[in-house]
Amino acid sequence: MSRLLPPALLAVLILAGWELACRALHVPPWFLPPPSAVAAALVARAPLLAASAAATFWMALQALAVAALLGGGLALAVSLSRPAEQAVRPLAVALQVTPVVAIAPLVMIWAGLDHADRAVVALAATVAFFPLFSGVLTGLRSADPDLERLFDLYGASPVQRLVRLRLPSALPFMLEGLRVAAGLAVIGAVVAEFVSGSGATQGLAWRLLEAGNRLRTADMLAALAWLMIMGLMLNAAVGALDRAVRRRLS
Amino acid sequence: MAEAAAGAAASLGGVLVRYPGRAPLGPVDLDIAPGEITALVGASGAGKSTLLRLLAGLETPSEGVISRGDGRTGLVFQAPTLMPWADALANVALPLELAGLARPMARGRAAEALAAVGLGDRPDARPRQLSGGMAMRVALARALVTEPDLLLLDEPFAALDSVTRRRLIEDLHRLWAARSPRPAIVFVTHDVEEAVYLADRAVVLNGDSGRVVATLASPGALPRPTGWRAEAAYRSAVEALAAALVDAMPAPAVGAAA
Repeated sequence: MSRLLPPALLAVLILAGWELACRALHVPPWFLPPPSAVAAALVARAPLLAASAAATFWMALQALAVAALLGGGLALAVSLSRPAEQAVRPLAVALQVTPVVAIAPLVMIWAGLDHADRAVVALAATVAFFPLFSGVLTGLRSADPDLERLFDLYGASPVQRLVRLRLPSALPFMLEGLRVAAGLAVIGAVVAEFVSGSGATQGLAWRLLEAGNRLRTADMLAALAWLMIMGLMLNAAVGALDRAVRRRLS
Repeated sequence: MAEAAAGAAASLGGVLVRYPGRAPLGPVDLDIAPGEITALVGASGAGKSTLLRLLAGLETPSEGVISRGDGRTGLVFQAPTLMPWADALANVALPLELAGLARPMARGRAAEALAAVGLGDRPDARPRQLSGGMAMRVALARALVTEPDLLLLDEPFAALDSVTRRRLIEDLHRLWAARSPRPAIVFVTHDVEEAVYLADRAVVLNGDSGRVVATLASPGALPRPTGWRAEAAYRSAVEALAAALVDAMPAPAVGAAA
């Protein structure tokens, strides 16, 4: 618990300072509402925000699953041949360095004209793809070279080598990739919702956009708080998974 | 091409390994008799580990012939090289399971091999829970579990403290002597005392080419009697091997007059 105390104290201090400043300086609430107004908005809009958070979370999770399947599967296929890896890696890197915001309108056209939520999942999966692909591929190549030699010596089949050596060696790298991908999937989902901007997806980004258009700044901050908490929870969940697996592996 | 000596556990005939941008290794001729312990000594870069990998069939020479009987090969590296996610028993059972032996059978034989190296009470220990010496014993058990007729050791004791090293050397002799027939052992070392004590003969490799420049037989029988290191025969053999090793190393001309 003592680990949580300093950050909690700092948060309380910041909130108190913010509240006092708003009151003392008479800051207009559309510009910067005090924390008490944000808290009121959080309470008043709790059901709506919770539903929106669930929608965003669900889309990010689907994206993560799709990216894990495609990224992991492609990495597994490519790991079997050096030329294939050399062919695919630059493309994967190109995909990674292209800004999400710039791809979003295209993905909207291709996947989302009728189904905005599909476009959100597609875009979030696109940005979550690289860390998973890269993590699995790096991991599959990370096995101890002397252990690889032992598997050679004892005439291991490709399947035995994969299951008994390369996949266990790759697990920590996969989990690191998953941790990065989870954060990116949420970013991708939010960006896609912003770009679609139609209200066809009822996620947190839409709540943010909608409140912003009406200058309801307290509502915006309330939605932002939900996004932040969601990100933290996702991070903590993947971190716990990571630690559990590491304990079992080493 | 040299023919393999009849009855040898393994032999290298005119083996040459070419590297891009470097002097080739060899040609090397070497016969390993069944049940014989051979130490390969030489400077770092003399190709000792490469010779071991050639004997293991993990590398193919550019020229020359490597002949091996039908027997199995065991291999131990300088690091224990255990799978960290598997316990000691599973690590030892690996070669048998890779060969397709049913799991209960493999685990049973692995338990016997673990007991033979003195770790019968630690089958479920993870590698990180074991000391360096114990992890090396697990690696040794894994190399012996297939009952090889050729055991290859690549500086297996180099990373251990001197007490642990001496115990492991004694245990290796004991394990070797207890088998029938005894396996041939080839081990790489740059420790001349270890080479004289552990082996029937030491093969000295040239520091540049990896060619065999001298073969020195160790005095006395294996395993060594207690206190053998104090005997004059041991000490003069160590000196002779050290001198041969110095001759085999290309020396920089320090302080040489112009």
